[in-house]
Amino acid sequence: MKKNVYLGLLIVIAVLLVLPFLVPNSFYLDLAIRMAINATIVLGLNLLIGFAGQISLGHAGFLGIGAYASAVLPTHFGWHPLLAMLAGAVATGLLAALVARPIFKLKGHYLAMATLGLGIIINIALRNEAQWTGGPDGMPVSAMGLFGFELSNDKQWYWVIAALLVASIWTSLNLIDSPFGRALRALHGSEVASQVVGVDVVRYKVAIFVLSAVFASLMGSVTAHYIGFVSPNFADFFHSIELVTMVVVGGMASVYGSLIGAILLTALPQALATFEGWETVVFGAILMGFMIFLPRGIVPTLAAKFGKGE
Amino acid sequence: MALLEVKDLSIHFGGVKAVQNVSFTIDAGIVYSVIGPNGAGKTTLFNLITGVYKPTTGQIRLDGETIEGKSPNELARRGMARTFQNLQICMNMSALENVMVGAHLRLDRNLFKAALRLPGLKRRDAELRGEAAELMRFVGLEKYIEARADSMPYGALKRLEIARALAMKPRLIFLDEPAAGLNPKETIEVDHLVRKVADSGVTVVLVEHDMKMVMNLSDRILVLDYGKKLAEGTGEEVRKNPDVIAAYLGAHA
Amino acid sequence: MLAQFLQFLFSGVTVGATYALAALGFTLIYNASHVINFAQGEFIMLGGMLAVFFTQAGLPLPVALLLAILIPAIVGILVEKLAIEPVKGAETVTLIIITIGASLVIRGLIQVWLGKGTFSLPAFSGDTPIEIMGATLLPQSLWVLGVTALVVAGLWYFFNRTLQGKAMLATSVNRLAAELVGINTSWVLFMSFAMSAALGAIGGILVTPITLTSYDVGIMLGLKGFVAAVVGGLGNGLGAVVGGLLVGILEAMGAGYISSAYKDAIPFVLILFILFFMPRGLFGGKSTDRV
Repeated sequence: MKKNVYLGLLIVIAVLLVLPFLVPNSFYLDLAIRMAINATIVLGLNLLIGFAGQISLGHAGFLGIGAYASAVLPTHFGWHPLLAMLAGAVATGLLAALVARPIFKLKGHYLAMATLGLGIIINIALRNEAQWTGGPDGMPVSAMGLFGFELSNDKQWYWVIAALLVASIWTSLNLIDSPFGRALRALHGSEVASQVVGVDVVRYKVAIFVLSAVFASLMGSVTAHYIGFVSPNFADFFHSIELVTMVVVGGMASVYGSLIGAILLTALPQALATFEGWETVVFGAILMGFMIFLPRGIVPTLAAKFGKGE
Repeated sequence: MALLEVKDLSIHFGGVKAVQNVSFTIDAGIVYSVIGPNGAGKTTLFNLITGVYKPTTGQIRLDGETIEGKSPNELARRGMARTFQNLQICMNMSALENVMVGAHLRLDRNLFKAALRLPGLKRRDAELRGEAAELMRFVGLEKYIEARADSMPYGALKRLEIARALAMKPRLIFLDEPAAGLNPKETIEVDHLVRKVADSGVTVVLVEHDMKMVMNLSDRILVLDYGKKLAEGTGEEVRKNPDVIAAYLGAHA
Repeated sequence: MLAQFLQFLFSGVTVGATYALAALGFTLIYNASHVINFAQGEFIMLGGMLAVFFTQAGLPLPVALLLAILIPAIVGILVEKLAIEPVKGAETVTLIIITIGASLVIRGLIQVWLGKGTFSLPAFSGDTPIEIMGATLLPQSLWVLGVTALVVAGLWYFFNRTLQGKAMLATSVNRLAAELVGINTSWVLFMSFAMSAALGAIGGILVTPITLTSYDVGIMLGLKGFVAAVVGGLGNGLGAVVGGLLVGILEAMGAGYISSAYKDAIPFVLILFILFFMPRGLFGGKSTDRV
């Protein structure tokens, strides 16, 4: 049974290896890269929402911190991009830890509200501090240098991001089937039960929240360097909701579901590009439809139909 | 030798005095039952001792150490396990995983080692899987070893909770109405199971309504009524106690 | 000095009244169904936008306003039927996500139908400002406060003096018991959503002449309304009103004295503060779980 789960990873690797040679042009390569980036972010978010059963409605805020750290620190302060990325991750981790501890002593709606509030505050700050962040119009990001070698072309980025995705899938799969992962899932299943077997519930919730936030920050930095530009929209409420939608559609508590959700919902705005305004309606309808008809998401529902376990 | 000492334990919920000045001692290795009419405060007492509630007044000592006010996960560290009257099973996991979670404290929970799937951890996990399967056999759930928790019947889940509690390798196990909701045949099986658990060296504290089971299994019994201690003693002593008889047959002034 | 303070106070209380109405909406629905309706803000938006649409379509003001209150009420019932009922009893996460979905649908449809523009309504009794001790007060503010006070009084009367109102209260305290005594709890649920939507819509209409309206005002207004509800103590009507006014005043004061750029951040800083130190809010009670 264990072997089955990692089999999916091999398939993903195979697809990723072959993909660049199949795509017709650089537009599609860019799309693939964005899908992979989103998939990685959603993996981290799913650990929090799907596996641990918590909620974050402000995750894009953490993306924003990472992205802007990578933009502001090198541009205005001359920091090396890798150092800036690290700084963003550390700042995010500290912030998440600060907010999480008091909040996780409460439940459900309060957590949702707190994460929402946090995301909005971050977004407003990014919008306002124009002298650093370029305000609502955003700012350009300098290239990412690795050991003197600059990452500048799409193909190079593809391999970097594909590697990150594979690493993320692998670590997620490992985590889930480990004492740490089981404790997390038990937390979702029954907090009381997990407490009596010795799980320090608050500590675990904080840990997974911080982990998931730091992860988002790192991916925010990666995205900033890849696109070469950041804007506050990257860290806004709608983006947070998009990420949650990807988790929900693909399947909460499903690693491969995160991939599917990210792929489908990254492609969707492209498909709807001509129907401006309808994008919001469609997203909303998808959220509602899935919660009513497919609450477990695509992958878990399919898996159950075909009789496999997860 | 006293394993658990409870002195003058009370809890008030606003105006309701759910437990009042209850004192008793439990020696290591015995089966100790708590009985009483519905609403007598049995589960509340359990919740107090196992850290789910904080007492208003009173002391609880485990092996000499003061433990009242400690949280359930701290008590788990001290070898205390419990099951729940209203099942607390993780329906999102498999039966085996539910049991494996019981061993949480005995394992390396390091997140980085887990993320990297270090071989030591892998091996330990495989061993744990085997241990958990053994425990499921011990409690009579061999046919559910490959099952998911949400596909198991109620009676099986009650036993799964016991398996999970045993996975903690506890000193002391609190069973909250393990026979509740079970038919007579299942109740006898639980009776045998509790005997097995006690025989394996674990001190058992039991809340139960089924008198036959209580009289069969218990070394000592505590009777509660309206949150207060009504009587304590062996099965024989308690059965003959006029206050207990009155409480159960309803001769209250 | 005093004039400036009064100025901030007036604008704070005015917008606070809108937050109060939104908070009451959240409270009603929460009490009836333990759901946090993230679509509440969209009802506020609907009120303003529909009022604009109907007045621009040539309908006399009272008719336009009536429709701008009734239609959101119907939308509220639709949300209950299509979003809440199908997932009754689901996890909190599911409920939150589905109401967010509903809010997106409503907002998206308005965006497609009425566009992204910003609109205004003529003030109900003109816009000659009233001078009070050096500060100016818009007559529309008096409308906002007056109508809100009437609405709150009406709600108080409804819940404390009428049978239907008491039935709704009973349902919020213990649904099963209410059903057993013959209260139609489905009806209560409908009514809660309809009333919440109407409350939101009224707030949206009242404030449009001052703060304008557009397809996306719902998000912020709704969220701030929710902040107000939590500040006051989720589920507590008086708390909702006090919370709303408090949030409005703090926001205005903060914007005036500290920084107007961060005006929108203030309610959210406030809610983090409340959640950290006083999660039950000003008037909220304690609750325990039975294990």
